Formats: sequence, structure tokens, C-alpha cells
Amino acid sequence: MAEPVDLAVSIGSVQLKNPVMPASGCFAHEYADAMDLSRLGALVTKSVTPKRRIGNPVPRVAETEGGMLNSIGIPSNGLLYYVDKVLPHYAGVPTPVVASVSADTAEEFAAACEALSVPGVAAIEANISCPNIEADGRAFAMDPQDTHRAIAAIKRHARVPIWAKLTPNVADIAQIARAAEEAGADALVVANTLLGMAIDPETRKPRLGNVMGGLSGPAIRPVVVRMVFQCARAVRIPVIGCGGIVTADDAVEHLLAGAAAVQVGTASFLDPAAMIHVIDGLVAYCERHGVARIRDLVGAVRIDPGLTDRWLRLAQQSG
Amino acid sequence: MKVATHSCEVIEHTWVNKRYKYMRLRCPAPLARQTVAGQFFQLACPLTPTEHPFLRRPMSVYGIGPEDERIEFLYHVKGVGTRALEALQPGERLSIIGPLGRGFSFSPAWRRVLLVARGVGLATMAPLVPLAARAGVAITAVLSARAPGDLMRAEFLRGAAADVHAVFDSDGSSGVERVEALLARLLAGERPDMIYTCGSNRLLALLQKLGAQGEVALEQQMACAMGVCLSCVRLFNEGGAKVFRRVCCEGPVFPLEAVAGEVQFG
Repeated sequence: MAEPVDLAVSIGSVQLKNPVMPASGCFAHEYADAMDLSRLGALVTKSVTPKRRIGNPVPRVAETEGGMLNSIGIPSNGLLYYVDKVLPHYAGVPTPVVASVSADTAEEFAAACEALSVPGVAAIEANISCPNIEADGRAFAMDPQDTHRAIAAIKRHARVPIWAKLTPNVADIAQIARAAEEAGADALVVANTLLGMAIDPETRKPRLGNVMGGLSGPAIRPVVVRMVFQCARAVRIPVIGCGGIVTADDAVEHLLAGAAAVQVGTASFLDPAAMIHVIDGLVAYCERHGVARIRDLVGAVRIDPGLTDRWLRLAQQSG
Repeated sequence: MKVATHSCEVIEHTWVNKRYKYMRLRCPAPLARQTVAGQFFQLACPLTPTEHPFLRRPMSVYGIGPEDERIEFLYHVKGVGTRALEALQPGERLSIIGPLGRGFSFSPAWRRVLLVARGVGLATMAPLVPLAARAGVAITAVLSARAPGDLMRAEFLRGAAADVHAVFDSDGSSGVERVEALLARLLAGERPDMIYTCGSNRLLALLQKLGAQGEVALEQQMACAMGVCLSCVRLFNEGGAKVFRRVCCEGPVFPLEAVAGEVQFG
């Protein structure tokens, strides 16, 4: 009988029993009806904001080819409600809770992360992909200075590890990743949804009430795997891959690209037990490939560094 | 687990008219015993060469039992999901999640119920018919359709007795004033113990205008259908305040008098 596969990973000081956790916005306590929450690596809750928000007009979701657009608008009941009413759902679950936070300014981010540095919160995911009111609504993570300012402010006040959730809607994500690392982020979540838009040709109306929204699902996975690869090479802190994971093979793809852990979002809407299937599938993958520790897969993509040179030499011979 | 995915066999799948299709499933679990009228399932519509649905489709249950493994749907073929679903052949399998949501309330002690339906709302309310009939509760039904050929009266009653008032767009009998007069007469004359409606915002608004109290089953675009994604919210009047409720898990059945006027989309 072979040794059981070691699925444990560390995200800085946070120990996870396996690398699979929900993506923020795609998880709530209602999923306890469909799976055993204690099997997950971490529980990432929906973004909470300092102020109450009602969210965007419906329709808030629209299907696309191989994915979906959403513009939910981060409905939130505020920080007090989160601590009093949301956190207690997970009090008996032996799985670290990661609180996702969104805010309008760097100072509001810092104050919110301080308020959420409470027992029961193992880490905070700072959703700096959300609009920065002080920068004309441009997302913090679309600009390296804004990213640095927000993360540095948060780090001065928070008493738990900070994961910076980056947006893929940038030209050079490695630059943003380095800015977050320099500001003290303990880990990066790469990435969020891709900004998109869909129009119904029959009615000529946008398919989302908010006109534009975020694209998620398997359609975006190659884009995000590329970004995970770029970020993992650019920083020393752990990168958590988030984008288009449906199956264990998809998760392995993220790990090989350099992710130390993965988040599963949209796939849970298609199958509420999707994360459990991914965990079981990772064990099967490791057994099939003789991988003893899942962390040995991190960044283990096999890239032949001499390939291009050999190719060019061969091309020269072809005359 | 309370919510699970079931791989069901398609037993029967036939057109009932030009636009609606009937589907009978045999489930691998006794889902009929767990399902009540007004609840729904999330259907994984298959990929076809021309249709590529991504999300599951919420569909309210049309028939529950009598066998423990029998679940039936009656649906309008009109979009990507239902066109893909339509292609399923008997013997093929369909993945469903459910039953989901809160269904209609019902008491066998009632004397008479009034059902007000249009279009696909007829399928949603159909499971109430055998429930009332078996309990000896009298049924009055107002069925609204484009034309007599679209009514699906037989599919709605499935042999049960009811006082049916059919109204049509084609002869003007479904016009607002005429339906309002009809509903006012039925409410005053029959004093039903419960009023159910589904399938028409106009009929819902009429019932609200007449001060009717009862239940409505609502529709809304969904993703997760379990209360997680917050896509499917609608506005309600509760205790003098306007509140958002999730159609998937706090509904799809709500007190009809609480539904707030819709913000017109687009």
C-alpha cells in the first residue's frame, strides 16, 4: 500500500490541508447543504464592504460561450453583520476562513481589514480589483502605485495575513504583482474576472443590467494560467490561481504554472460539489503520476529552455 | 447531502403543441417523495452541435410521482437551453439538481382554491391540481393564452375536475378590463381560501390591484440556484420597507401581495 498523497500546502503562515478553496463571490454557507465544508482547504467568503451596498440591477448574470458574465455589484450588509452573522456559520468547521474585503479607498480598506482581524479569520483577501473612488473608479490593481498604496495601508493596520486579489484587466500583471509584494502582501490571488459585455441581438439590449460585467468560467482559463505563470516568476510570495477551474486537471494546470493553491468559482454554480470533485481528482492525479506531495507540482511545468535556440539553428539550415 | 446531483433517465419526451414539450424522467432516488408543488430543479441541458448552454437551467416541476422516481417537466422551447434540452431522446440521461426552493403552501382543510395561470406558469401550478383534487378541495382556474390552440387545458388538469375560465388574446377576452371583471367576480363570489398565480406580471398586478392575498411563483435569471451567487434577487414590500429576496432559495413562491413593482430593465 502506497503512502497517501500529501495534499497540504502553506500560503505564508496559513496551513491548508489541501490547495482547493472557493473563489470569493462563489461561496456561502448554503453550500454546506451540498458538501462537507471541512474537506476544503479554506473557506473564502463573499466580499464584505465597510458600508451597506444593495448591489446592481438585474439581470446580474448572463451566459456566454464556455462561461458567464456577472455584475452582481457586491451586495453587502457591512462589517458588523459579517462578524455577527456570517462568521458564526463557520465556527465549528475545521477549515481556515479567508475574509474577502472590498472598499472604496485605501484608508477604508485599511480600517476594514483592521476590523476584520478577529478570531475566526485566518487571512484577509483584499479585493483590490474593485473600483478606487479616489482614482475615478479605476480598480486599485490596474495601477502599481494604487496597488502599493492600498496594500501598504492595509498592512499597517491588519493583524492577519493579507492576500491581494489582482485584476486580469491590465497590460502587465507581473508589475502589479511586484508592487503588491513590495507593499507587504503575504500572497497574491491571480486573478479576478475579465471585463466583458454581451448584447442580445433580438432586443438590442445589454444582457446585464449593469451593461458590463466580469467574464468567468473555462473560457478564461488560458488567460489566467498565463498570468499565474507570469506572476509566479515575478514574486517570491505564494500565488493562488483563480480562473476557469472546473476539473482536477484544470487545477493541476494552475499548479504547474506556479500556483501554490487554487480557487474554484463558477464551476460550483454548475455543480455545488465541484470543489470536492477537484480534491478527489487531485489525489487520483498524484497517484497516477507518482506524485507524493502536491506541492511538488507547483511551478513544475516542463519548459525546454533550449527549444527556441535549437529551432532557430534548424531553421537556418533549411536555407 | 441535502442537495445532490442526480443522473436521470429520459423515459418520455414529446411535443404537446408547436411550442411546448413534455419530459418524463426516472430518477435514481425517490425524488417525488421529497418534492412539492412550486419547487424546481436545475437541469444540465446537453451540448448539441448548434446549442452550447453553459449554466444549468432552473425549471419548475410539472409532475410529481405517482411513482417515487418519476419527475416530469413541461417547458416552452424558446432559448439556447431549452433548444438543447429538446434534443434529448428517451434512454438518454439528464443531470438534475434538486428539488430546490420553497414550494406553494396547501391545506387539505381548504374549501376552494383559485389558480390564475398564463404560459409556462401553467406547468408550475399543475402539481397543485392533483393535490387539491385528492384532498377534495374545489378548483377554479383562470387560464390565459394567446389562442385556444395554446391553452394546454388537458395538460393542466390531467383528468381532474375544475371550473375553468379560459381567456385568449386572439378574441380579446384576455384584455385587462375583462380579466379584471372576471377575477373580481370570482374573488367576491367564490371567496377562495387560497389564490395562486404564475406566468404573467400583468395577472399578478391585477390580483394585487384587487387586493387579493395568495402566492405567486416568480422567475429570474439564476446561476447557482442555492442562494450563493445573489443573481436572482427581486424586490418585495415587507413591513413598510423594500427588501431584496433571492428567488432561488427564499422563493420561488412568495406572498403575491408583497411583490414590489419591477424596475423595468433596459
